[in-house]
Parts: sequence; C-alpha cells; structure tokens
Amino acid sequence: MREVAIIGIGETKFGELWDRSFRDIGIEAGLKAINDAKITSNDINALYIGTMASGSLIKQEHVSPILLDYAGLSSDHIPSIRIEAGEASGALAFHQAYLAVASGYYNIVVVGGAEKLTDVSEDVARDITSSTSDQEWETFFGVTQASQYALIANKHMNTYNTKREAMAEVAVKNHYHGSMNSTAHFQNKITVEAVLKSPPVSTPLGMLDCAPLSDGAATVILAPLDIARKFTDTPIKIQASTISTDTATLFHRRDICTFDSTILASKKAYDLAGIGSSQLDLVELNDNYTISEIIAIEDLNITKKGEAGKELLNGRYRIGDKPSINTSGGLKAHGQPYGAVGIAQIVEIVKQLTGRAEKRTVNGAEIGLTHTIGGIGSVSVINILKRVN
Amino acid sequence: MSVSRYWREAKSRYMLQGSKCGRCNRLFFPKRSVCPSCKSLSINNIDNFNLSGNGVIDAFTYVHEGLTGFEMQIPYVIAMIKLEEGISITAQVVDIDDNTKVYIGMPVRMVFRKIGEDGKSGMIYYGYKFSPDMANFG
Amino acid sequence: MVGIVSYGAYIPKYRIRPAEIGRVWGINGEAYGKSLNINSKSVPAPDEDTATISTEAAKAAMNRVNIKSSEIGAVYVGSESHPYAVKPTATIVAEALDITPYMTAADLEFACKAGTAAIQISMGLVKSKMYNYCMAIGSDTSQGSPGDPLEYSASAGGAAFIIGDEHVIADINYTCSYTTDTPDFWRREGQKYPRHGGRFTGEPAYFKHIIACSNMVFKHQNTKPEDYNYVVLHQPNGKFPYRAAKMLGFRDEQITVGLLTPYIGNTYSGAVMLGTSAVLDIAKPGDRIFVIGFGSGAGCDGFDITVTEEINSFHKEKAPSVKWLVERSVYIDYSIYAKFRNKIILGDG
Repeated sequence: MREVAIIGIGETKFGELWDRSFRDIGIEAGLKAINDAKITSNDINALYIGTMASGSLIKQEHVSPILLDYAGLSSDHIPSIRIEAGEASGALAFHQAYLAVASGYYNIVVVGGAEKLTDVSEDVARDITSSTSDQEWETFFGVTQASQYALIANKHMNTYNTKREAMAEVAVKNHYHGSMNSTAHFQNKITVEAVLKSPPVSTPLGMLDCAPLSDGAATVILAPLDIARKFTDTPIKIQASTISTDTATLFHRRDICTFDSTILASKKAYDLAGIGSSQLDLVELNDNYTISEIIAIEDLNITKKGEAGKELLNGRYRIGDKPSINTSGGLKAHGQPYGAVGIAQIVEIVKQLTGRAEKRTVNGAEIGLTHTIGGIGSVSVINILKRVN
Repeated sequence: MSVSRYWREAKSRYMLQGSKCGRCNRLFFPKRSVCPSCKSLSINNIDNFNLSGNGVIDAFTYVHEGLTGFEMQIPYVIAMIKLEEGISITAQVVDIDDNTKVYIGMPVRMVFRKIGEDGKSGMIYYGYKFSPDMANFG
Repeated sequence: MVGIVSYGAYIPKYRIRPAEIGRVWGINGEAYGKSLNINSKSVPAPDEDTATISTEAAKAAMNRVNIKSSEIGAVYVGSESHPYAVKPTATIVAEALDITPYMTAADLEFACKAGTAAIQISMGLVKSKMYNYCMAIGSDTSQGSPGDPLEYSASAGGAAFIIGDEHVIADINYTCSYTTDTPDFWRREGQKYPRHGGRFTGEPAYFKHIIACSNMVFKHQNTKPEDYNYVVLHQPNGKFPYRAAKMLGFRDEQITVGLLTPYIGNTYSGAVMLGTSAVLDIAKPGDRIFVIGFGSGAGCDGFDITVTEEINSFHKEKAPSVKWLVERSVYIDYSIYAKFRNKIILGDG
C-alpha cells in the first residue's frame, strides 16, 4: 500500500443556496479543489462522488456522469463513481478513493460530496432524513431520525446522569466556532438558554439541538504522497482511513448509548496511525444532534463513557483546547448537506493543518481526526490526517 | 408503501410475529433467515415465533416534529421497549395524555392500531403500538 | 346448548361532554345532554377505527379462554363504519388474531344491530356443526354530522363474542328477529355522515320494533319481565331504553347495569353487545338476561340468555372489564375532538 496525501481542497458555502442547483454546487467545489491542487484535467484518473439521496431530493439517480460532464471532463472518459452510505456517503467515497490511490491503481483522484436539501419542502426533507433508519421496522411506525437520537439522549441522561445543559453546550460551542467560519450555514452565536428554550423537536431535543438541512458540496484531491510535493507545499498525509458497521436498526444494538461502529473504526485507525486519542489536536466529529457529539467524544475514547457531558460543561473542546472539537462549527453550525459532510470535515482539518482556517486556526496543530456517521451509527468512517513536515 | 410491500409483512406487524433460531433459541424481531450467532448453521432452521407483546419502556421521547401522516397525533410518544422475551423494539406508545407520566421501566402491552394510510383512497396500514393501560392484563 | 363461550370489550379512552359540543354550536349542550341522558360519549383516537376496536375486543375474548386461534371457524364483524367500503374488516381482525387462513369471514351491516346479526349467524353455524367456534363482533366508530343532534351521541366501541356449544358461560336459550323496511336512518354510499328521520326514529322505528321483538321472546319462551335479572336494550340515547323497558314492564334496576350510553354514548353495533358484556362481567350462574338489539332500517334481534356455572371458572381478569373501560376516560375539548375525528382540513385537503 502506498502512502496517500491530500493535495487540494474546495468547498461551497453551506446553507440555503436558493439560486444554485445540485450540479452547480458539485462543480463549484470540484473546480475549486482542482485549482487548489494546481492539477489539470489530464492529471485526473477518476472521480468519486458521495451523495445520499439525489434520487429522492432531485429525482436524479446516476449523478456521476452529470457531475463529470459539467466539470468539463466528459471528453476524458474517466471513471466516475457514485457512492451511497446515508449521511456517510462522502466519507465512504473518500475511503474508496483512498484505497484506489493506496493500491497503486490510480494516481490522482478527485473525491466530492454534494447534497441539495432545499429543493424539497422541510416535511419531505424530514421524511428523507429518516429514510436512513430501517424503513420497514422503524420509519413505518412513525420513528423519525430525531426521535432515535432523542431515545439515545433519554437513555444517556438516565444512565450517566448527563445534563440537558451539557447537550446545549455542544450547540453553543459549535455555533461559536461557526461564527468564525465564512462558509458556515450558521455564523451566529447562541446561548445555553436559547437552546433550552428552543421549540421541541423530539424531547429532550429542541430545534437548536439539531443540525440544519443544508445545501453544500466539498471536494478533495488525492495523490500518492511521494509525488504530492509536485503539486503543493503542504500535502496532508492520510494516516488512517477506516470503516466499521453495525445493525441498521437501532433497537437491535446491545447498548444505544454507544456506537460500536465508532469504537471499532477509531481503535483500528489509532492503531494504523500509531497514536492514541490524547495525541489528537483536532477532531471533526458527528454532531447532527447535540447528544451525538457527546457519545462520539466517548466512543472515540477522548473521555470515558459518561464523562463527555461533564467535560463540555467545564468548557472543554473549544478552539485551542486539545483536542479542539468541531472547529468548523460541526454539522450543527457549519451545516449538514448529507453527502458532503464527510468531505467537508476533511476539508476543515486540511484547512487547519495548512493555516487556512481564518480566525479559528488552532496554532501548532499536527494531527486531526474526522468521524462521520451514516444511519444511526450503522456505519462509522474515521480518517486520521497529519501534517507532513 | 405499495400493497405487496405492506401485505407481505402483515403477520409481523399485526401480531408481533418474529422468528426463533432452532439451534440456539435466539429470538428475532423482525424475522431473520440467518441467525447472527449461528450464521450458516442456522439456515433452514429458523421458525416463526409469536411474541407476547408484554414489555417495559427502556427509553422514550415525545415527538413534536413527526413524519408525514402522523400530523393528527403530534406530539406522540416513541419508545424503545424491552419485551419480556428479552429483545427490544421501537414503537409508538398510545393512551398517553397530559396526566400520564411516562418513565423508563413503565410496563406496556402491545395494542393493534392504525399506523397510516396511502392517501384517502389507498390502503390503510395497521400494526402494533404499545399501551401502558393494557399492561394491566394478560 | 349453543351460547357464549367468551366475550371481550373495547372502548376508546377519550370522552367529550355534550356541554362542550353545544358550546361550539351556540346551544345549551348540557341541557340537551340531560334530555338525552348522555353525560359524555367516547371518542376514538386518530389511530383507532372499527378494525382496531374489533381486534382489541376479539383479543380480549381470546385471552380469557384456552381456545386455539385455529379453532375459530368464522369471524363476522358487524358495523356501520367499516374502514373500507369494499374489503372486509373481518379479514384484518382474523389475520391479527392468527385465525386465518382455514376459516370464513364477512362484514355485516344493519345499522346498529349488525353485531347481534353476527351472533345469530354464528349460532346457526355452530348448531349445524359447521364450526366449533365462531367470533361475532359488533363495533363502530360512528359519526354524526357536525351540529346534528347525533353528534351528541354517536360514539365508538365494540365487543366480541365467541359462540360455541362447549364450555358455554351463558346459554342462548332462544333468539328471534323482527324486521320491516322502515327508513328511519341511513347513510348513502360515499357519504361521510348519516341522515335520519328526526322524530320518526322514535315511535315507528325504535319503539315499534323493540316492543314487537320483545313480545316474540316473551311469547315463545313463555316468560315475563320479572323472570329476568337483567335487560339490555339497544340504547341510541339514555332515555329510549328506559321508556321501552317501562312499556314492557321492566323495572329500572333491571336495565341500569347494561345501559352504558349515559357514559359512553351510542356505540351503534357495539351498544347491545357492550351492554351484555357489562352484565356478564357481574352475572352469577343462573342469572337470566333479556337482550334486544335494534338496527335502523329497521329490525330487532332478541335473545333469552341464562348464565351457566362455567362463568365461575372463566378468566375474566385476563381482559379489561366494561366498568374499567368506561372509567378509563380522558375528557377532550371540541378542538381535539375535531382533530381526532378528521374534521380539520390539512394542507392538501
């Protein structure tokens, strides 16, 4: 296996992009990344695209040739591959692209994630969001995605005495981070009180506990590490890229306060990277609901099970702390365009490690981890990225 | 949901019919044709098994933003329920009003309710929900 | 003898009072309720209909006895509010109780007496040895047009009787019917709400048929009102049954146990069967019950019933009693009622 590096990044603003189509945003992020990597179309061996629900959202399946074509690459006739794994579609596309370069089969690969969530009404978007749960045995019976995380929150609060305010703190922290990110969906700061008073979505979770439905796209360019310096002075090495899975149905889990997929994928990643969680400077993790960040912090072994809430209430994980968690603003503030999320998390780590993270730059950061979830923890994708000195 | 897709699962949705591994006696809901413990050794050795419908609430939430078709029931309670046979299921809990205190450990029993419908002229979907009231019987 | 082997009841939890209904239409609902002797009526939750009520009642009946579901040869559901105009409620109930597929099923409709019609059909099948056990269900989620006097009474509930000739808890000594073509109440195909003949529903319909059918029972059985411990008459409101009972020579005490309309309204096909269930909940061996179901259109089914010794070993506790179901109540206002009864128009109409 060859060592692989990220040599370019690109992303659109995340948010309600009313005047932009799915293909507009996909192309914008792609071309930005190609420019950033200073490659030409002749250099590109393949395109990988992660998108979760283009079929339901814009009634368009088989999006890979469309994005390839409108990126001006159709005459190159290169492979264009779409990958779907729920909200982890982009992260899984990245993993597959990583394997393709590491194996030596391709050299330069473009990996993009895109989702256009505002071309349907909020009701329809909510139904689509809930479609990554088991349609026959969860969604059919009125189980929303928010309700699944609410069950986790209810159980976590009951089992570990996790405070409602600790969940609110996740949203407050991530909005604070988002206020320093010009591509974030939300750039406003919020208070604990505002979160606690926000209209209930699925108790105990309120509106401000939930990540928004965003439009957005993000792209990275991969190359073998040994040629990466041809394109950039600041290649970011992929130390590990791992995936682990679990039952699709939440009620089949041994313990709903834990995602085994996260525990197993992160253990494997720490082993591959030869590091422990204490060495992480940056973490972009799944905070689609505030409780999600709490269980992710625990499952990634950043704290012991049941301790994350207390740490958050002590003001931990803000920019400058080790680790700094969700410096982009996370899914909560940076935004949640499903297929783009996993790539956008990687883009944030790369921005941080290459000194391009605006006012939120974490000085001296060397190592970052991304954690992306599909379904209710039925797939976890972990990437560990490192600055090459 | 198409007619055939609804119809083929009716027994499981109407009366909590699951299945049981003939090798290790592990129970499944919904039905499985391969036991995750016995793997290939369980193939062709799994039979239907009707669950009792008695259980206790293990986690719950009041859903205020519901799925399409559940508008008239908002807010409705969704709970993960530990069945007396030892397996769990997530379902709606009904017969809850402002004076009902829902709690972890609350006994519930399966009831037969309308789950949804395919518009005004389409199929009506029925299936299981759970009620604390009916936990007094059976 | 052919009789009742088991029974089960179901009444939705929600209630609305006449005063609350009257408030919406600008009339003194409390006074109107008093004139009908209705204090409250049951309201089904948005996820309850005749199929779910029938199924819960049938489950209650099955829970109380050791009869395998495969031993039930027929399921009949009598109702005027079947969820489907075409496609039986009875097959849904039978599937939910694991009675399918070696059985027969059908839906019946005869306004408020489709449930007692199901009992009579079941008796015939058992007597002819076609099946050992049949399930007869009367159940409704009836609706009155908003603002119509019926809105104060039309309610929801049902009961299921297992009819057989072994382990019978109540012998059905005799049954008969009295039927004419009397258009006192109807609902046309495709219409949501029924129409009725106003005061015409009284003398020429309810009273004429109840009295005639009762007299058929007395004559055939050579009995008098005082031979019965309990009398259960169809109960479109809380007044008519008292008046009819008085005309027949029954005392008020004989009718109160089986008269549920003052608390839950008129459950239509469920009414007489729920009333009979309430009597069976407290009856002792040897108690004799006089039952007359009435359905608009119009007809009556009469039953002469004697409770047997079997009732002492019958597992009543395995399902809710009618008293428990009546007392299980949550009062709602008209806005929630309108939401539950699908009277609020959502976005797409």
